[in-house]
Amino acid sequence: MEKDFQKGGGGFGRLYQGLVDHILKGKGVSPEAQRRAAFDNSSLMEPLKTLIDKVANDAYRISDGDVDAVKRSGKSEDEIFELVICGAVGQASRQYNNALSALRQAITDETGGRHAS
Amino acid sequence: MRLDILNKGYSFGTKALFAVIKAVSGYPLPDAAKLVFYRPGYYGAPAKKFTHAAMRGPSAWSVGDRELMAAYVSSLNRCSFCIKAHGAVAAGAYNDRAKVDAVLADPATAAIEEPLRATLLLLGKLTRENTIAADDIRVTMTAGVSASQIEDALAVCFAFNVTNRLADAFSFFVPSPDAFEAGAKYLLKRGYQ
Repeated sequence: MEKDFQKGGGGFGRLYQGLVDHILKGKGVSPEAQRRAAFDNSSLMEPLKTLIDKVANDAYRISDGDVDAVKRSGKSEDEIFELVICGAVGQASRQYNNALSALRQAITDETGGRHAS
Repeated sequence: MRLDILNKGYSFGTKALFAVIKAVSGYPLPDAAKLVFYRPGYYGAPAKKFTHAAMRGPSAWSVGDRELMAAYVSSLNRCSFCIKAHGAVAAGAYNDRAKVDAVLADPATAAIEEPLRATLLLLGKLTRENTIAADDIRVTMTAGVSASQIEDALAVCFAFNVTNRLADAFSFFVPSPDAFEAGAKYLLKRGYQ
C-alpha cells in the first residue's frame, strides 16, 4: 500500500499539520505574526532574535541569560513558551519538508513520475 | 526548568496527578512529560499525537530501531536529556545496551544491519546540515530501505529535532540513571500518549 506522503499527506502529514496549525494559529498570548516570525526565524528584534536563532541552530548553547534577556525586554513567560516552541518546530519543519521533497523526487525519478504528488 | 510556569504553572488536578506518579514510580515526573502537561491544547496534545504515531505507530522499523534513531539524532544535537532518555528506551527494547552505545559512538562502524545504518546516516546528515538531496535518498534505498521506512524515519527525526531544542531551551533537569531506567520502562509500556 502506498503511504500517504505520496498522496500529498494524510498520515503523518495530517498530524504534522495539526501541530503546526495549533502553535501558529491556536489560542495563545503572543501575536500570530510574531509566532510566524519565530517559526521562520526571521524578522525578529533583539533579544528575542538571539534566543530564537539559538533555538534553531545551537539549542544546547542556550543560557539562562538568553532567556532572562527576553524576559527583561517585556515578554511574559507564556509568550516565551510559545515563541520557543514555534522556533523549534519551525527549524525541524524546514528539515522535514526538505527531506520529504527529496524523497518525493527520488520516487518520481525511479518510477518515471507515476507516483508523483 | 528555566520558565517558572513550567515548574509551577499547573492546575490543582495536574499537580495531584504529578504527586501520584511520583508516589507510584518513586521518581518525579520527567521534565519532558511536564512540558506536554502545560497548556496542552497549545503544544502538548498535538505533539504527543505526532510523536506517538512516529514512535509506536505501524512501521517496518521496530520500537528499538526508532528509539535508537531518536537517541542518535539527540546525540548530534548534543541534547543530554534526550540522549540518556531514549538511549535507555532503545537499550530496553533491544535488551542490548552495547548496541546502543556502539551506534552513539559511530553508526558507520557499529555492528548493525545495513538498512538501519544507512538510515541513521541519512538522519544524521539531515540533522547536521538541515538539508538532504534526492541522491541521499537513493543511496539509502540502495542499502535496502523502502520509501515507507524512510518516511517513518523522517517522522522520528522531526519529532526529536523539535524535542531536543525544547529540552535545551527550557533546560530539562537531567536525573539519575535509575530515573531514566524507570522512564524507559514506562515509555516501552505506554508509549507517548
